[in-house]
Amino acid sequence: MLSFIGRRLLQAMFVLLIISFVSFMIQDKMGDPVRQMVGQSVTLEQREALQQELGLNDPMLIQYGRFLGRAIQGDLGTSYYYKEPTIDVIASRLPATLELSFAALVLVILLAIPLGVFAAIHPKNLLSRAVLLFSTLGLSVPIFIVAVFLMYFFAIEWGILPSFGRGETTSVFGLWQSGLFNRDGLRHLLLPSLSLAFVLTPIFIRLIRAEMTDVLQSDYIRYAWAKGISAPRIYFIHALKNTMLPVITVGGIQLGTLVAYTILTESIFQWPGMGLLFMDAVTRVDVPLISTYLIFVGVIFVVTNTLVDVVYSLVNPRVRIPGYS
Amino acid sequence: MSLLSVNGLSVKFKQRREDLVALHDVSLSLERGERLAIVGESGAGKSLLGYAIVNLLMKPGFIAEGSIKLDDRELTRLSSKQWQEIRGKKIAMIFQDPMVTLNPVLSVGDQMVEAIRSHTRINYSDAKKLAIEKLAHVRIAAPAQRFDQYPHELSGGMRQRVIIAIALLLAPEIIIADEPTTALDVTIQAEILQLLKQICADNGVALILITHDFGVVSRIAERTLVMYAGRIVEQGPTLEIINDPQHPYTQGLLNALPQMALPGQRLNQIQGNMPPLNDQPSGCAFHPRCPYAEDKCRQQPPNFIFSGVSTVACYAIEDMLQAFEPLSEEDADD
Repeated sequence: MLSFIGRRLLQAMFVLLIISFVSFMIQDKMGDPVRQMVGQSVTLEQREALQQELGLNDPMLIQYGRFLGRAIQGDLGTSYYYKEPTIDVIASRLPATLELSFAALVLVILLAIPLGVFAAIHPKNLLSRAVLLFSTLGLSVPIFIVAVFLMYFFAIEWGILPSFGRGETTSVFGLWQSGLFNRDGLRHLLLPSLSLAFVLTPIFIRLIRAEMTDVLQSDYIRYAWAKGISAPRIYFIHALKNTMLPVITVGGIQLGTLVAYTILTESIFQWPGMGLLFMDAVTRVDVPLISTYLIFVGVIFVVTNTLVDVVYSLVNPRVRIPGYS
Repeated sequence: MSLLSVNGLSVKFKQRREDLVALHDVSLSLERGERLAIVGESGAGKSLLGYAIVNLLMKPGFIAEGSIKLDDRELTRLSSKQWQEIRGKKIAMIFQDPMVTLNPVLSVGDQMVEAIRSHTRINYSDAKKLAIEKLAHVRIAAPAQRFDQYPHELSGGMRQRVIIAIALLLAPEIIIADEPTTALDVTIQAEILQLLKQICADNGVALILITHDFGVVSRIAERTLVMYAGRIVEQGPTLEIINDPQHPYTQGLLNALPQMALPGQRLNQIQGNMPPLNDQPSGCAFHPRCPYAEDKCRQQPPNFIFSGVSTVACYAIEDMLQAFEPLSEEDADD
């Protein structure tokens, strides 16, 4: 198991290296940093001197090496707008995004597994058909329409839920501003996480239903019936565990999509997370912030995918490394 | 009273227009501790019969008519809860391909213990002890270690032994084995068959062995039942059927064994194919492939008669018996 995790970490490092290179290219090639720093009222000689001083005339690989060296020390540049290290700016918004994604994920799991399993067990049931219809609908409606509808009904027509912002937050150990521990924060979380879940749940319902339908036809399920095992145990232990294998894989990839969708959701609900920050950074051409965001998202992708692999190996004994067990 | 008796069983597949008939009026009986083989080509309905007995037909298959009695208790009208109590406890099954029969994500031990605990109130450690005991019983080396392993860590022969051990866990009265050695390589086949036979004999378990291989039948079963196109065509003691097959189909099957052909010659085969479910011939289902087919074979299905060797449904045998009948009556007068 340790060597398995070790190998995955090595792969993750390699992926991160590539992401950092792309991010470096963006920072380096988007606009002229000297111009950003000194404006227009400076002579050409002074400009060139500054360029030399900043090392902008060095070969690209040497510049990249310097960038990497600073990045390892936690310095990814300073935001033009906030005048603060970009890492600090993003880190302060990270809790909001993670909590939103987490809440959406919990909703997706709570909805998709029971509905998908039910639809697989009772394919002809009216509820199953309704669920499938709903999932087709959910797949084809874009998130901003869902979000606006939810906002219209819950916030404007009925006025029972807030339509924007994160509400009250509590500080956890002084490093994490959390909205999960008070009523106001949770009320604010509901609409954004519901819209996010609405977009992702249909994919998982369909995936779970299709996989489970296949699994239920398999010999080992028939054999489990022949052993006289109870129906709940067959459905939720024998079948679901096998169903979850591909679902975990696809789910890992969908986690990435979740991050992408948070940009839209956060913009609509003015949720003060990384996605909203990124949108603002783009309009302000805050290049260091944009490239730092890319690295952050890259790290999130790599970390979740590594976690997914580890979880997969826990569920599926066949991918465990010989010697372990 | 037989342990198991099936009477006039017919199984159909639900279709939009007209249901397809997969088993026609099948009757059989099984005594306590008896070993019965069901033989026939692929698609003859052997496995279907096996699954019908434990009510595990895949949709759209269903039992349309007939009765199945275990110890004089009618099974066809049981609730799914009652079925659950019979499966695994009274009637255990062994499937064809051990590579796909065990659940890949559950350990051998889990799959054994759950079988025990589904039927008896027993704590985990006692169940585990019983499971390991049965693993040793089917001659698996280091049973305590196997208990914690996953199916993919075992070879095919080993997995089939595990499945036989699972079948034995609750001391069933009947084991239905559906082609238990077909997926194994030849050297292992003999070992598994020997094991199966011995275990049934030692524990007084009745066995229904479903196979297409007369070689397997001769080694295990006391009685044989030959099926063709969802019908039983001949049944009787195994040795007599092998030595003196009556039905033209049984003759064809035995003739098709590789050892029946001379070296260098083509293998014998029965001409033609089994009719598909939606295009069953009239009369005797075998007549399109039968070398002795006559007009009446095409019109009415033959009834079962006792040929002196086995019970068989064939006009040719009937005619032959009738031809000899006067003679035998005269013999009786003497």
